[in-house]
Amino acid sequence: MTFAVILAGGTGERMGVADTPKQFLEIKGKPILIYTVEKFLLHAEFEKIIVLTPKDWVNHTKHILRKYSAASENIAVIPGGATRNETIMNAIDYIEKEYALDDDTVIVTHDSVRPFVTHRIIEENIAAAKAFGACDTVIPASDTIVESTDADQISSIPLRQNMYQGQTPQSFKAKALRDDYRSLSDKEKAILTDAAKICVIKGRPVKLVQGETYNIKITYPYDLRIARSLLEDTDND
Amino acid sequence: MINTIYRLKSPRRFEIAFEDMPIGEDIIVRPLRLSICNADQRYYQGTRDAKVLKEKLPMALIHEAVGEVVYSPSPLFKPSDRVVMVPNIPTEQDEYIAENYLRSSKFCGSSADGFMQEYYSISPERLVGLPENIDLDVAAFTEIVSVSVHAITRFLSISHQRRDDIGVWGDGNLSFITSLLLTKMLPDSRVHIFGINPEKLSDFSFAYDTHLTTDIPKNLTLDHAFECVGASGSPIAIEQIIGLIRPEGTISILGVSEYPVPINTRMILEKGLRLFGTSRSGKVDFDKTIELYQQYPDIPENLSRLVGNIVEINEFSDLKKAFETDIRKSLGKTIMHWNI
Repeated sequence: MTFAVILAGGTGERMGVADTPKQFLEIKGKPILIYTVEKFLLHAEFEKIIVLTPKDWVNHTKHILRKYSAASENIAVIPGGATRNETIMNAIDYIEKEYALDDDTVIVTHDSVRPFVTHRIIEENIAAAKAFGACDTVIPASDTIVESTDADQISSIPLRQNMYQGQTPQSFKAKALRDDYRSLSDKEKAILTDAAKICVIKGRPVKLVQGETYNIKITYPYDLRIARSLLEDTDND
Repeated sequence: MINTIYRLKSPRRFEIAFEDMPIGEDIIVRPLRLSICNADQRYYQGTRDAKVLKEKLPMALIHEAVGEVVYSPSPLFKPSDRVVMVPNIPTEQDEYIAENYLRSSKFCGSSADGFMQEYYSISPERLVGLPENIDLDVAAFTEIVSVSVHAITRFLSISHQRRDDIGVWGDGNLSFITSLLLTKMLPDSRVHIFGINPEKLSDFSFAYDTHLTTDIPKNLTLDHAFECVGASGSPIAIEQIIGLIRPEGTISILGVSEYPVPINTRMILEKGLRLFGTSRSGKVDFDKTIELYQQYPDIPENLSRLVGNIVEINEFSDLKKAFETDIRKSLGKTIMHWNI
């Protein structure tokens, strides 16, 4: 079975709108989260779409899903965890409890604030996770990546052609991911920035799926303006 | 849901646009196979009138496509059903005038966005289910087949019933399809093809006979004829037809010409001929086309010979590749595998 795991746990601090998490901000009168969930509703392969939000926002999320969605019986809303990966573990625990977790259970995890994800990206994620066990959506890095280990001086400049920018979805065989995560030390867990890194630390292959430049993450007010202009500017430039 | 639309912005230049597509009353289809038509090429290459281009672009091209239902609020279709989308969009019903002739109707890739989109939202009444085992590359150009079905259906209601010899002018895709359908819809008729390219004519193996327009047998005459030439070839084709056709014959004109065509009206009067035009098709013609595919499995088999180029569309730059590939083809259809 395949599940969509929509990560809507952000609290909106980076957006500068502390009261409303960014996934609930609206574009053209509809919350960003709704656009994102709708994209997953169109893939029949998903047994369930699991939306994980901050605990205080679970009811609000259910309310707006009812208000905007056509098929909300396919969606479950549950509280997220303290970190991104704890949130994913909550989703896996939910799957285990409500369905059955086996070696072939696949989760497609996606940022709720990337509403421009495409049908192709989701489809390729499902296929790659089934075939390779894990995959990450990326685009080739357009800027040169500079590494600094002391935040003062450059320590290295990796070859740009080997560099990619990570997007989401990231997709996994759920059971293996949870087993790997549980086997990490606290020190290892502390340096995780995303779930793909769990696999990398454990030496598991992670297949690359081609993303899109416009599969943007709406993190800052600037991103929201871009998203609004992309969607609202239908008369073009 | 945010839908990605690939519009032609100006000749040879596509752009990406996004629009909210509500998940609600309409069916949502994921396009799977798109087929390029000459009408699309006229926009892509900018050979339409500059004023027309300015009015219509940016616009998503393509009116020949099949897809898979991904969302359906209707009992008529369910997710994973394979369907062909009817590109004609009527806005009213008329007791006498068919939907494809109503001036108020819109048409995909002409007066509305075509199928070059991530998803297409459409009413269930504008979809036709495909047989399970049909080759999707062939099904992709069901629209142009339905145009021939429409023309022949109208011909049957207009023409007199002596239909021993029927001529089809043209050796391109439309002629191939029309003559193939004539052999099924009028199995007792002798279908003669008239063209200018011996190699292309050799593909019409199902026809009774083929003739070079420069070498037509002296005694040959026809009860009725179909003109599938269009463009600069229209005048000479119509002239030849009027010369060869027997009195009270019916001439069906399908070829599109950008220019006015002079016609020998004196002979039309003397022979008492009927000339009628057909353009596009309606839902009933799509239904009839799919029925014919099921009744005569050799129709889609023969049509598979028209699948010329297949272009995998995985990323934005592939769109241009497909249209440029299509320009270089001689006969056949360019099919886009819509993976993007």
